[in-house]
Amino acid sequence: MSKMRYSRRAVLKGGAAAAAASALPAPMVWAQEIKDITLRQFGTGVSNLNDVATKVKEDLGFTLEMTALDSDSVTQRAATQPDSFDIADIEYWICKKVWPTGNLQAMDVSKIANYDKIVGIFKDGKLTPESVIAQGTAPHTVGFVEGEGSSTFATEQTNWMTLIPTIYNADTLGIRPDLIGRPIESWTELLNPEFKGKASILDISSIGIMDMAMVCEAMGEIQYGDKGNMTREEIDKTFAIFTEAKKNGQFRAFWKTFDESVNLMASGEVVIQSMWSPAITAVKSRGIPCVYQPLKEGYRSWGGGIGLSANLSGMELDAAYEYINWYLSGWVGGYLMRQGYYSAVPETSKDYMTENEWGYWFEGKESTDVITSPTGDVLAQAGETRDGGSFYDRMGSVACWNAVMDENQYMVRKWNEFIAA
Amino acid sequence: MLKNRHIQGWLQASPLTLVLLGFLILPIITIVVVSFWQATEFSIIPAFSFENYEFLFGSPVTYKVFFATFKYAFITWAMTLAIGFTVAYYLAFHIRSQTLQIALFLLCTIPFWTSNIIRMISWIPFLGRNGIANSALQSWGIIDQPLEWLLYSDFSVILAFVHLYTLFMVVPIFNTMTRIDHSLIEAARDNGASGFQTLVHVILPLTKPGIMIGTIFVLTLVMGDFITVRFMSGSQKANVGRLISNDISLLQYPSAAATAVILLITVLIVIGILLRFVDIRKEL
Repeated sequence: MSKMRYSRRAVLKGGAAAAAASALPAPMVWAQEIKDITLRQFGTGVSNLNDVATKVKEDLGFTLEMTALDSDSVTQRAATQPDSFDIADIEYWICKKVWPTGNLQAMDVSKIANYDKIVGIFKDGKLTPESVIAQGTAPHTVGFVEGEGSSTFATEQTNWMTLIPTIYNADTLGIRPDLIGRPIESWTELLNPEFKGKASILDISSIGIMDMAMVCEAMGEIQYGDKGNMTREEIDKTFAIFTEAKKNGQFRAFWKTFDESVNLMASGEVVIQSMWSPAITAVKSRGIPCVYQPLKEGYRSWGGGIGLSANLSGMELDAAYEYINWYLSGWVGGYLMRQGYYSAVPETSKDYMTENEWGYWFEGKESTDVITSPTGDVLAQAGETRDGGSFYDRMGSVACWNAVMDENQYMVRKWNEFIAA
Repeated sequence: MLKNRHIQGWLQASPLTLVLLGFLILPIITIVVVSFWQATEFSIIPAFSFENYEFLFGSPVTYKVFFATFKYAFITWAMTLAIGFTVAYYLAFHIRSQTLQIALFLLCTIPFWTSNIIRMISWIPFLGRNGIANSALQSWGIIDQPLEWLLYSDFSVILAFVHLYTLFMVVPIFNTMTRIDHSLIEAARDNGASGFQTLVHVILPLTKPGIMIGTIFVLTLVMGDFITVRFMSGSQKANVGRLISNDISLLQYPSAAATAVILLITVLIVIGILLRFVDIRKEL
């Protein structure tokens, strides 16, 4: 049997991709033994893709078991059932809650081959040297700990990383341009009486409150100290504005699942609402115009990463590092970017995308040919450009990161009141 | 011999007793116990605290939501009763042939061969702003603007409830009606009672147990529901079930358990009051 099965396979692939991949330190694990290794990964649906597990088996030889859960269950499991997983695929704000439980172990940065190429957002918080760091739980604030086994987050880059960033995006409002018929430029439009009975927000408190805050701030009604960590007074004021709007019949419905948001938009029940990027794609794929509208106040952003269970050791730990290096080596990044998300190491993903795809998704250029998703659905025709433009335009205007507040429980109770109002 | 029969009786009763003990009594005890516990975001702390109940009774939302729950239950009950009674009456007294009776009765159950959720969700495209109902009304010239209140409103919630649960009224009422001795109705007529008088003074009192069983079905189903309210109101309305489901999704199990206990007690009180009116055991 051959050793270093991973590199050998990669070489067989040929071309630039192989050159990039085989430049990684070759994993010195015996192929026969690695076949018996099973790593259990769980996380939210966005990045827990069976295609990734299949590709891992093919490229690395070991088995990756995927479990997809909603973000509340993910948080609970990471915090309360450390024995049930080897790799946790969680969002950064979840990491803030879970890390203190000691269920995850810090990762040795020196073992991460592409560390230098990871975008600045996850290292010093700055996309470009001039960037201003957004409010909320910015990934770099919970991205590092002071040392191996430390439970406090470091204020700057250290050799110990909590999560390896995998996927992130900038969220905004979705609109039906055909039914609105004029430009939409600000978050305030969500509460514009013009769209009475035709607006919607999502009924997931931790994210919905952020969208509310973006609107209230854009209206000039409330100046938040930190939208990601509101005071009780700020929470009360925000809900007061939205409760009034609800009573006036501003909202057609609230949605909780991806499908609901797609149906509301596609049926024309709603013309403006908080939405997720793939939902826009789903509406468009039915031939209905739908735009992920960039707004002048900026985006609400989120990011996820993979963390290692504190129980991992020995060969499993080596396999996990191998998996992380593979994750950042480009194939997964290309796969995710072709769905409209971003990879933590965009450079390596480029090798797994066509020039047209790279231009459309990353550089914000006009597509020269039909753009399809990894599963083959047509997402855009030749000559279209991505809503919001290039990577730097979109990720450069993030106003706030998804976060968890100190007053979370108070906020949740207020949310219940809002729904019942 | 006597002792033997005694044991036999116990043995015969024990399977059901064990099942009820394991799957009904034990879970309810657990819920009651958990309702006194405390929870932070990640851990549930066994304690004996009234905090959950204090919050529940101290919050105006609770009263509002319980009121909404009763409102849904009452309106749904009244409508299912009216429809259910009429359907059962027609089946029991107007259809002479027993074969046709059974055939029509089975016809009523056909919609129940598909899932609850599907029957509920299929209303959404029908009632929507550009749905079949609105476009039909508009093309007939009855309305100019689409009716917004058809969907995502109390109307749509109650419509779905009535649609889902009318059969639970039809079945027990039909069942008691078929047992009514026809000679009683003949006697009423012979004594000069009008059709309406027969209905009110003979049939209605004799169908009371069926009405009561149907009522219990409908009330408990509506009061415990959360998914119909969520889908048909577009998450804009709340009932007690939704409070519980929100708490569970946020890992607030003790608080959810406390709400569940209060809901259980409320439903039991309602059923207790209903049973005052009719002794179901005797009438069956």
